[in-house]
Order: sequence, then structure tokens, then C-alpha cells
Amino acid sequence: MNKHSDNHIVPYRLYIQVLAGLIVMTILSVAITKINLDTLTVFAAILLASIKSALVLTFFMHLKFDNKLLQILVISVFVLVALVLFITFLDYNFR
Amino acid sequence: MSTMHLHRDDEASKLGMWLFIFTELLLFAGLFIVYGVYRYLNPVAFHLAAEELSVTVGTVNTIILLVSSATIAMATTAIRLKNKQLTILLLLATLFLAFMFMTNKYFEWKGKFEHGIFPGSEDLLRLGHGDTLFFSLYFFMTGLHALHIIVGFVLISIVCYRVNNNSLTANNPVLLDNSGLYWHLVDLIWIFLFPLFYLIT
Repeated sequence: MNKHSDNHIVPYRLYIQVLAGLIVMTILSVAITKINLDTLTVFAAILLASIKSALVLTFFMHLKFDNKLLQILVISVFVLVALVLFITFLDYNFR
Repeated sequence: MSTMHLHRDDEASKLGMWLFIFTELLLFAGLFIVYGVYRYLNPVAFHLAAEELSVTVGTVNTIILLVSSATIAMATTAIRLKNKQLTILLLLATLFLAFMFMTNKYFEWKGKFEHGIFPGSEDLLRLGHGDTLFFSLYFFMTGLHALHIIVGFVLISIVCYRVNNNSLTANNPVLLDNSGLYWHLVDLIWIFLFPLFYLIT
């Protein structure tokens, strides 16, 4: 028999747990923005969104169980995009 | 086993899907930069315009998309466990949730249109430059995202059809996996669209 696809099967329970975490963080981010914290609100919302997307990438998109090449590739691209965004906003803040 | 053997490379298919996801990421990152810069230049208008959007509808849609991501992820497990019935059920659940998302989006946009807020409307021009920018970006970015939902809907429908006629099974789940990756990307983009348009006011 040919092994065409990865043989790691993710249990249903793990997906349910990740989903629960994602929903809790969504409600948390709504609650946080209800309190007025000025720039901290923006920071908190972006931070929570980043944690949520990391969860989606790691578990839903299977990266935790993928090969090293793909893991490094995805992390580099995301870091690159984050840097481009960060540097642009840095430029706008200090001109 | 049949004597015919078609060459197939699932790792390469997955890598190809990821490369496509990277291009999508850059497309939306560009739009996020445009949004960020215009928000920085028009803070008051963006603040007031963002309050026009319903946080409740946004939150409900966020949770709908998160659940749909979980259901398609579970379908990739179900197909490997050779549970055809559950795979189809989970895929149909994903399709149903996608439909729910679009229904909410429809009523949300319809509400805005009825209040005279749509790209190029006279009411919007009267509100001023900042509001026009906010709503143009809102319609363009959520519209582009909704377009991705429709593409995902078609993809998942095809997967569902193929699981049903046994041409997609535990031996070749790569199309399901890649559709899943695409669907998670759509979810990922929404995870950032939601706080930017609905929450940060």
C-alpha cells in the first residue's frame, strides 16, 4: 500500500477544544473593546486576533503535524507580512 | 488493487495550496495597510463611521465562521476514519454555516443600502471624505471576503459530491484537505476584519 497522505489523525476532541478557545477569545475581545482604554484597546484587539489566528494555523490548518519545511515557510511569510505592516505604521507614526 | 497507477504527490498539492494562500495573504495585507493609513489620517470620521456597524451581527458572524472552520477540520478527521456519513454531515454543516454567514451579510448590507450608505451614494458624499473612505473600504474588504466565501461554498459542494459518490475517500483526501485550508484562510481573514471594522471604534 502506498502512503499517500500523512498518517496522523487529529482527534475530534482537539478541534472542539480549539473552537471553544476561539469563541472565548472572540467574546473576550468584544468585552475588552466595551471598556474604553484608548490605544490599549487597539493593541488588545490586534493581540487577541493574532492569538486566534495562531490557533487556527497550528491546529485547524494542521501545521503542528506538518513537515518542517512547511512550518518554516509559513512562519517566515507571516513574519514578513507582519514586518511590512509594522514598518509602514512606524513610518506613519514618526513622520 | 488496480494495475493502473496514477502518479500523485499530496505533499506537493498541499505546498501549492499554501503558496496560493500566501498570495491571498499579501492581497489582504495590502488592503489592511490602506485601511490602517486612512484610519490614521481620518481618526474621527473612522471612529464615528465604525459605530454605525452592529457589533452583535459581527460577533454572531465571527462565531459562525469559527464553528464552520471546526466542522470542516473535523471532516478531515472523519474521512480518515472512513466514516463517510459523518464526513458528509460535517461538510453539509459547513455549507449551512457559510449560508448563514452570507444571509447575515445580506441583511447587514441591505440595512446600509436602505440608509443610503453604499459606494458612490449621495448621503455618503454629504457625510464627508473620512466616512466615504471607511465605507468604501468596508464594502470592498467585506465584499472581497464574501466572494471568497462563495468560492469556498462551491469548493466544499464539489468535495461533498465527490465524497458521496466515493471518488474522494480516505485514500485520497487531499482535495478535502486543501478545501479545508482555503476555508480556514477565509476564517483567518475574518478574524482580522472583525476587530478592525466592528470593534475598534
